[in-house]
Amino acid sequence: MADVTPLLVATGLKRHFGGLRAVDGVDFSLPAGEIRAIIGPNGAGKTTFVSLLSGRLEPSEGRVTFAGEDVTRLPAYRRVQRGIAYTFQITNIYLTKSVADNVRVAVESRARRERGVEFEAATLEALQAVGLEDRAETPAGELAYGHQRLLEVAMGLALRPKLLILDEPTQGLSDAEIRAFIALVRRIAETATVLLIEHNMDVVMALADRITVLARGQVLAEGTPAEIRANSEVQAAYLGTPC
Amino acid sequence: MSRAAFARNAWLVLAVLAVLFSLQFVLPDYQVLMATRMMLLAVFALGFNALLGYVGLLSLGHALFFACGLYASGLTVYHFGWGLPAAFVFAVGASAVLALLIGAVALRTIRVSFMIVTLMFAQVGALTVLYFAAWTNGQEGLSLPASARVADLGVATLDLTDALTRYNIAYGLLAASLLILLVYLGSARGRIATAVRDNEGRTEMLGFNVFAAKLEMFVLSGAMSGAAGAAYGLLFGYLGATFASFQYSIEPLLFTLLGGAGTLLGPLVGVLFMVGLIDKLSELTTAYLLVIGVVLIVLILWFPKGILGTVRERWLPWLM
Ligand SMILES: Nc1ncnc2c1ncn2[C@@H]1O[C@H](COP(=O)(O)OP(=O)(O)OP(=O)(O)O)[C@@H](O)[C@H]1O
Ligand SMILES: [Mg+2]
Repeated sequence: MADVTPLLVATGLKRHFGGLRAVDGVDFSLPAGEIRAIIGPNGAGKTTFVSLLSGRLEPSEGRVTFAGEDVTRLPAYRRVQRGIAYTFQITNIYLTKSVADNVRVAVESRARRERGVEFEAATLEALQAVGLEDRAETPAGELAYGHQRLLEVAMGLALRPKLLILDEPTQGLSDAEIRAFIALVRRIAETATVLLIEHNMDVVMALADRITVLARGQVLAEGTPAEIRANSEVQAAYLGTPC
Repeated sequence: MSRAAFARNAWLVLAVLAVLFSLQFVLPDYQVLMATRMMLLAVFALGFNALLGYVGLLSLGHALFFACGLYASGLTVYHFGWGLPAAFVFAVGASAVLALLIGAVALRTIRVSFMIVTLMFAQVGALTVLYFAAWTNGQEGLSLPASARVADLGVATLDLTDALTRYNIAYGLLAASLLILLVYLGSARGRIATAVRDNEGRTEMLGFNVFAAKLEMFVLSGAMSGAAGAAYGLLFGYLGATFASFQYSIEPLLFTLLGGAGTLLGPLVGVLFMVGLIDKLSELTTAYLLVIGVVLIVLILWFPKGILGTVRERWLPWLM
């Protein structure tokens, strides 16, 4: 592979909550264009780790560089402006606004940075990408749970991010919804780098180019799906049984 | 909000303004005076509601901005002999600057702490008015001299002893305030404000500086409240420390909750009902402040959406 600077690099990243070392010295590098999955047992520090990347939390130690720039001290909203989009582990949308208005807020964010954003076209495009265009005028709070998750992804897409971070996006989705979701992420990955926290191993194996395994705040292993599957340490810590 | 919904709101506001304008031809003298007061209090409440209703911040210290406008205009007129238009503009600017400074501090807190911090600032303001009694004449207050009862606009002079002149000035200020809010809320900035109100964390993670959005609304709110205070002082020619007191922080809250927080016309509706009620009651009893308290409690417990908030929920979902 060509020697390109990675899109995102974390160096010596730590975050402590009192005595608890939620993220404890993580070095991490993500090349542009990749779909990377982060897996690990509950409480491994996955959400905390990506929160440090997106700027929702400040690190106790360490650095984050994005697209060649040090963003460690930047507040979250500025990182979003530079192209890091984040969907929450617990669905987080504007419940009283219509589906379209939810997306419009995201489009507005992009319109502030880029010229010539076609407002309604961009809104429709993001809704079509997740298949919610028929529900545009429905209040978001009335959507089924799976659709709310998709709406949140649509908002992320409407930002046209360089990096899209998805925190357990398939949690609570039906099998059919999960299949559609896998196809959606493949399409997103044509234009963006995707960092995916996921418990569902079928989804991980179907999507990930590489997998990073976190346990107790540290990187336990990193490699291709096949390598991770074969890694006995990972099996002991996480997969439990050999697959 | 869709274009059609915005147009409906615009027509509604214009219709209300047309009615208010024509009232001056039918109301008896005493009620013209009362309507003038109501419109100025409505401007105050509109400013308060901009903050509570559209970014979800409950200030318990808005008397500070009302009093800032009142004293900034009144004192420059009284002590330095400024013309009324200049004093008014200065007062609105001073209120905006004060709101910027206080907002920069208070907006670092949320919910109850925010209420307490704004309350504390307003207490400081009230004490300041009393402390500088040499300038403000403390509790007793100041009456503006007869020379300050005319406003020289350059092209025309306005006689402020005339009730209809005062009515129309107050009307103009109310119309301007409503139209500013209508345009602001209909714009992209308004969408961001309500996004902050509905879900702060989500809005930040869509790339918006939530603090700046709140501060912007805080300044707009403070300036509008200051404009109301300045007009109140100049039109009625009296500056008193009561206007800086806690009661004047609670009143806009009451008007807003009664009329419907987060509805454009709610504060105006709230003022009409509440001031009308207080006026009737104060003929009967001196305990009308008790009534205010009871109304506040009833509202919060059983009628939290207020009049227009309920109308919106039941019948007119397009109301802004
Ligand atoms: N704000 C916080 N304050 C204190 N402790 C926290 C905080 N956030 C997370 N933790 C703790 O840090 C550890 C890592 O949490 P985190 O949410 O990052 O795990 P996770 O890998 O995302 O788990 P899950 O798979 O359950 O989502 C946990 O022990 C959690 O209790
Ligand atoms: Mg998590």
